[in-house]
Amino acid sequence: MAGQPSAASPPAESTSHGLRVVLAWLILSAVATPLVAIYVGPLIPPGNASTQATEQVFDNTWMLAVITPVICFLVVFFAYALLSFRAAPGGVVDGPPLRNDSRVQVLWMIATGLIVLFLAGFGTYELLQNGAGGGQGPDPIAVPSGQKFQVQVIGQQWQFTYRYPSLGGLESNQLVLPAHTYIELNVTSLDAVHSFWAYELGVKADANPGVNNVAYVQTKDPTTFHVRCAELCGLWHPYMFNNGRVVDTSQFQKWATQQEHLYASIKPFMDKSESDGGAPYSKTYFPQPDRRAG
Amino acid sequence: MRVGVKLLLVAVAVMAAGVVIGFYVSNLTTLAGSPTYSVPVHNVDGHKVVNLELQTVAAVGPKLSPNPDWVSYLIKDQSGQWKRETVWDLPAHATVHVTIYNFDGASGLRNPYLARPQGMVGNRIMVDGKPTDAIDPNDASHTFAVPALGLILAIPGVADDAKNPCGYAPCAMSNAHRTIKFTFHTTTPGHFRWQCFVPCAAGWVYGFGGPMQTIGYMDGFLNVKA
Repeated sequence: MAGQPSAASPPAESTSHGLRVVLAWLILSAVATPLVAIYVGPLIPPGNASTQATEQVFDNTWMLAVITPVICFLVVFFAYALLSFRAAPGGVVDGPPLRNDSRVQVLWMIATGLIVLFLAGFGTYELLQNGAGGGQGPDPIAVPSGQKFQVQVIGQQWQFTYRYPSLGGLESNQLVLPAHTYIELNVTSLDAVHSFWAYELGVKADANPGVNNVAYVQTKDPTTFHVRCAELCGLWHPYMFNNGRVVDTSQFQKWATQQEHLYASIKPFMDKSESDGGAPYSKTYFPQPDRRAG
Repeated sequence: MRVGVKLLLVAVAVMAAGVVIGFYVSNLTTLAGSPTYSVPVHNVDGHKVVNLELQTVAAVGPKLSPNPDWVSYLIKDQSGQWKRETVWDLPAHATVHVTIYNFDGASGLRNPYLARPQGMVGNRIMVDGKPTDAIDPNDASHTFAVPALGLILAIPGVADDAKNPCGYAPCAMSNAHRTIKFTFHTTTPGHFRWQCFVPCAAGWVYGFGGPMQTIGYMDGFLNVKA
């Protein structure tokens, strides 16, 4: 843009366009970036119900802060171009010829390259901390240290059920988790591909038949959260949701005792081998109720 | 025609198409495939009581469906006729007595946990007159489940060697069948889907196509109204 003759302005004036745009951009960015980071960032989902959710809000705030100056630049440049390079009233006059400016190109490549590299490094670092609530497959590489409470998530057309290996393989249609505990979620499916999405906990992991997809989440204070299937899985996919609860330890024990009592009637059938129609606790299942189906 | 007018017309056409598609998808995912049946409500000591009589059949037959070999639920209407209607209006805060006559054989449950009756009064069902709090998952022929209400029960199947099995529906009581009874309570008004969890669609991949994915056969809604 510098040094280019304009149909609306003489060449001597046009040399200050770049400087004006940069100044306006710097001022707008200096004002907007902290405002966005401080006031908009914390409003970004998923919230503060788990360590992973809090970290995701932090990550999203950072990314938003990084892209705010980029957006400011686009807005300033667009607005400045609209205002300064308008065609003069009167006849239609061809604009000045566009010429290459290697300084702008190099600057653009360096700036965007640095931003992308920063975000890649930042994202990788955050992912490697504890998996960021995402499914890591059967052999997770970002395993948090310390003890973890295992819960299995089983997807089926069209309901999630949950098993607790530490409670004798107890299965329930309610997801109840102890507060202030690291949870290891083992996500699998009995039929089609589903996706377990515990929204407020910041957990999302695909449920694939025959695969144990491991995700980690550290609960905080007691709360409730929504569970949805995030993979189009058939007729009742939009209805495949329920609520989960994070409760304190004593409430969890009480709930577990109640569930064990209810589970007692079905336990003998569950403990049978798979070939006998049972489902003893396992990381994956291969049910074969195919007497009629092909 | 001016460019602005053309753009406006295109925008209006796109919006209209979006609305039409939205209505179509909404209808498809809610009530399509089955008309709504308003179940008669009785008042007993000021409390609303509903009796639901259902059949589960292996083949719905040509009289009731263009897909005669599909498995299906049927409901008995006030005149005693069996209808293939799986969207039912029920009153809120009512007691619902359900009787299911199952004329179909067993397919087995994919998840045996679902063989434990839950969500109904006493968390148990009556199977051929006997109270039951779990059936053998291998013997499950179908389930009746309303996940949002926490209601689920497995329905045991007719023995493979039973005499006088039913062919095409509607089936007569003289045909071999199992009788399942239970009671549950409706809650606040809402739109609750119900479904079968047994992969019972013969001839479909993993038993979960056709009638399992089509409202009006093994799926439906409870429209609980104030």
